Amino acid sequence: MPEYSDKVMDHFSNPRNIGEIGEADGMGEVGNPVCGDMMKFTIKVKDNRIEDVKYLTFGCGAAIAVSSMVSEMAKGKTLEEALKITNKQVAEELDGLPGNKLHCSNLGADALHKAIEDYMEKQGVKGENAS
Amino acid sequence: MKKISLDNQAASPLEPAVLEAMLPFFTEHYGNPSSGHELGNAPRKALEGARASVAGLINAEPREIIFTASASESNNLAIKGLLAANRSKGNHIISSSVEHFSVLNQLKTLEKEGFAVTLLPVDQYGLVNPVQLEQAITDKTILVSIQAANPEIGTIQPLDDLVKVAESKGVPFHTDAAAAAGWIEIDVKKTGVALLSLAGDQFYGPKGSAALYISQKTRIRPLIEGGIQERGLRAGTENVPALVGLGVAAKLASETMAQRVKAITLLRDQLKERLLENVPHLHLNGHPKQRLPHNLNLSVQFVEGEALLLRMNMAGIYVSSGSSCTSQALKSSHVLAAIGLPPELAQGSLLLSLGRQNNAEEVPYITEQLAAVADLLRRMSPLYHQYLKEVQNNA
Ligand code: FES
Repeated sequence: MPEYSDKVMDHFSNPRNIGEIGEADGMGEVGNPVCGDMMKFTIKVKDNRIEDVKYLTFGCGAAIAVSSMVSEMAKGKTLEEALKITNKQVAEELDGLPGNKLHCSNLGADALHKAIEDYMEKQGVKGENAS
Repeated sequence: MKKISLDNQAASPLEPAVLEAMLPFFTEHYGNPSSGHELGNAPRKALEGARASVAGLINAEPREIIFTASASESNNLAIKGLLAANRSKGNHIISSSVEHFSVLNQLKTLEKEGFAVTLLPVDQYGLVNPVQLEQAITDKTILVSIQAANPEIGTIQPLDDLVKVAESKGVPFHTDAAAAAGWIEIDVKKTGVALLSLAGDQFYGPKGSAALYISQKTRIRPLIEGGIQERGLRAGTENVPALVGLGVAAKLASETMAQRVKAITLLRDQLKERLLENVPHLHLNGHPKQRLPHNLNLSVQFVEGEALLLRMNMAGIYVSSGSSCTSQALKSSHVLAAIGLPPELAQGSLLLSLGRQNNAEEVPYITEQLAAVADLLRRMSPLYHQYLKEVQNNA
């Protein structure tokens, strides 16, 4: 068994914000090229802030803990702030990850950023149509 | 909380009689079997008794048994030792794609050193086809090495047929019987294998106790040179307590194999049926019938194995998985890939191996826990949500 920190085990045992937002404003999906696992983030945006965030994860204990932590870190943040969340910060917030599990932390922030970019793209399109 | 190990192929507690037989050889009979004085007598006699018991398990002669410290060592001694003694006869080795790493990794090294290696494919159940073996043998082939049974998916190879093919072409046959010995009848005389590896910790003996059978007509070179222990084929003072334990474990396995196999098959099948009934989307990996009696390999669709393993661990149930996320190298099981299992199913593979401490009363708890864990992880699985959507769209 990998040596996971108490924080990782806490988020793995009680993952926060699981699910998929039905009418999501943005969606980001990433696959893990190292081991073949997947993460999908959906977000609801209000006044440039992430009002709600949910995720689905097919992956190891670290991947599940990472997605849970990312969702907590992103909730309530402005889009700009959320885009600045790095994989390293996520790993730090979890009190570290075992060396061969660091790659799982890449999934979380990437999927969140993709969801935000997806939202921004859609906004861009809407903006153009309006003008 | 209850603690239930379903990982007995990784480790299982010793038979009490095994431990009891070992203990005096740490203290009272601490002597060195090679000593000329009388301190060497008891350990020497015990060692020879153990050799006879191990020989009895596979119908070999005691002098055909060399003690080692692991099946990995036995596999290395068998393959490298045989090649060293037969180098002039050819440079081609045939094995299978589902072998243990202690065979496969040596073959990779040997390939770099100039040997030609053919890895035979297996079918969806993990079986090697004797016809394909026959077609692969050339006049340069000097060794065939195919396992007796697969430790991961439990599939038992048609060893007699495979050895017959090699024998008819005059090629010596090594079998890694680490997972099989103690659990299925093996008769080296009838089968005609030249070399066979086995390990005591697979049938309630201690870790670090193993053996290599070398038929009388087979010549090999040692890997460890030094003193003349083990007929000069494996130098180093013998680990007497462990080997005494191996001997007792082999004797018990020979004497009680029929009852053990009957009881554990019953329990395994009961567990399998209960799980298949109560946990949706489970797939059985390996051969449905031709498999080790204590082995069950299932894929829990839509979820990943390490998450399963951790959750089961939280419920006090110990299992193992072939998922890439559980492996240090982050590679998923080569065995599951070889039987053509799709990667998502390999990620959700669970290896459940039973042992003497498991019993029927545990089955409902295990079933209930696996059903709950699978359900919980599926609810957060993008693959499961996708599946549900597809079902909805098709309805
Ligand atoms: S998701 Fe595969 S190792 Fe973490």
